[in-house]
Amino acid sequence: MERIYLDNNATTLVDPAVREAMEPFYCHMYGNPNSLHSFGIEVRPYLNRAMEQLYAGIEADDEDNIIVNSCATEGNNTVILGMYFSLLKETRKKRIVTTQLEHPSIREACRFLENHGVKVTYLAPDSRGLVTAESVAEALSDQTALVSVMWANNETGLLQPMKEIAAVCRERGVYLHTDAVQAIGKVPVSVREVPVDFLTFSAHKFHGPKGVGGLYLRKGVVLPPLLHGGEQMGGHRAGTVDVAGLVGMGQAMELAVTALDYENLVVRRLRDKLEDALLRHADVLVIGERELRTPNTVYASIRGVEGEALIWDLNQAGIAASTGSACASESLEASPILTAIGADRELAHTGVRLSLSRFTTEQEIDTTIAVLDRAIVRLRQLSTSY
Amino acid sequence: MAKNDLIGGSLWEQYSAKVAERMNNPRHFGELTAADAQRLGGRLVIANEGAESCGDTVRLYWIVRESDEHILAATFKSFGCGTAIASTDMMAEMCIGKTVSEATKITNLDVERALRDTADKAAVPPQKMHCSVMAYEVIKRAAALYRNVDIATLQDKDIVCECARVTLQTIEDAIRINDLHTVEEIADYTKAGAFCKSCVRPGGHEKRELYLVDILARVREEMSRESSPQPPPDAFLEQSVVKQIRAIEAALDADIRPVLARDGGGIELDDVRRAADGSLLVLVQYKGACKGCAGSVAGTLSFVQQSLQERLSPAIRVQVA
Repeated sequence: MERIYLDNNATTLVDPAVREAMEPFYCHMYGNPNSLHSFGIEVRPYLNRAMEQLYAGIEADDEDNIIVNSCATEGNNTVILGMYFSLLKETRKKRIVTTQLEHPSIREACRFLENHGVKVTYLAPDSRGLVTAESVAEALSDQTALVSVMWANNETGLLQPMKEIAAVCRERGVYLHTDAVQAIGKVPVSVREVPVDFLTFSAHKFHGPKGVGGLYLRKGVVLPPLLHGGEQMGGHRAGTVDVAGLVGMGQAMELAVTALDYENLVVRRLRDKLEDALLRHADVLVIGERELRTPNTVYASIRGVEGEALIWDLNQAGIAASTGSACASESLEASPILTAIGADRELAHTGVRLSLSRFTTEQEIDTTIAVLDRAIVRLRQLSTSY
Repeated sequence: MAKNDLIGGSLWEQYSAKVAERMNNPRHFGELTAADAQRLGGRLVIANEGAESCGDTVRLYWIVRESDEHILAATFKSFGCGTAIASTDMMAEMCIGKTVSEATKITNLDVERALRDTADKAAVPPQKMHCSVMAYEVIKRAAALYRNVDIATLQDKDIVCECARVTLQTIEDAIRINDLHTVEEIADYTKAGAFCKSCVRPGGHEKRELYLVDILARVREEMSRESSPQPPPDAFLEQSVVKQIRAIEAALDADIRPVLARDGGGIELDDVRRAADGSLLVLVQYKGACKGCAGSVAGTLSFVQQSLQERLSPAIRVQVA
């Protein structure tokens, strides 16, 4: 069976060009970049090139730092825990402002700090699913050390007004972090345009390898390392650099940025086609206005159709999608974004997320539409509530 | 278990082939109508269970021949995941041909066993077991409707774990008899808490009335109380109330008031009475800084009680008047 992958917000395929760039660093140029000998010397130019690609990708200044690490979870923890040790623990700054939409690696790290006396505000989005700059401004006090707002939401693709939020944080002298995992490669991400202090990303969300990510630190910002040890990454993160991973991430970043126009035109058109097909069914609610979302994501609630049952049917046809609230998930509460935009609790169990990539074809979308149509009809026939 | 738990996420690949087959092609889905009932010569029963907001609903249709209470036909509709649909389908099938009484004895465990491919391999992964509970509940609902009785009369009492259908009594007995110290041990001995884990502690998949952590703490406390050596007959309790009051005042002066005075507080004896359980209730009032202090209702009170118990009688219980 030919399979169709529409779960690109979970992870992506490694672009063959990325894999090709990584290949030499396993069996041939396997030196440790910190070594003095030729094995070390020969890999360093490739790492420098990868760093150039990363810096160019997010328009970072040469004086800024991009710490290469293992994943966005590590980056997010480095920021939250680092702020604790550098500011929250011993100065009068005792507060973090974040949102109810964040990834668990922000949410749980904040929860952990709450056990250590830090006060955390979790901002709710408005009825459009947005955390506005005004709501951030209102939540700030002179005790606030850090604001952390995700650039794009993983479930819905909703883009937060980072530029306005950054202006507020600048004006009030509060550090700003953004989890840009779902934004890179989908929309332009520039730390020059949007002056954040910290930004996290992960290669496997933009057709790079799993297990490698990055943390951007604005020039002059002090943050203690999460991992202590050797002098790698200028002392910001100990541990031997994943050479192939970094080379792959650099290549993936360059390709992703180059493909932004394609993403915005072609991927968006395919996503809209899929979304329109879903909306032809009665009682389908798509979360978030199209213009406010990443071009690759649609999150739809289909009344009467339980989310996990729907992705079961899709999977039977070889189509990979994802559900917001699995039947076996830990909590039965609707996700905050659904509650915020006024979806009732019933809809919490009817969500399906379809996320495309630049590798998604028109034919795949057409096949998916046909399979979705059949599955919706079948499950509504079975359903008690439709 | 650790090695097999570290890479999580496994769910669907643990379904039996029967579960997958019934999810794809349920055999008994659909509605039964009054016309169907008339044609078959029985009474139509339609039972609903669950709420869509909880993620699962099921509707069971029965046609029951009233002369001998045989279920002539059974179908269902379901808003739920694959496990919910497959187990409801199997449950409906198991109802057909049974009497209403026999059907009420079908449990989610029977349904799960019937969905197995081989006798020794579970049909669904542990965390999906609760999805079959609805199938069990809806039978009770249908039977209650048919008999026009309160559903509570058909339900087991004090079920702590719905997935494995374990009662409070079974869990208490297991803790006592096997001297269990952890919820993991309870799961090993009784299966309670081994499936969806909602009943283990608050904050799980769904809210429960009773949690294993609380039951365990209570039973362990009872056990340690019971196992502490029986005190000799308590001479203090035999004394007259006047002598008891004098002794308590003396103890307060000697051991307690000096300590409280350090923080600017004080304590007065209010009353002494025998409680129904045989203990001696000592009622006190706080003075000075102790009044309204959060610590005085917890830490200080237990300090006072402990001092009096040690000096006078283990039967003393101290409360704020």
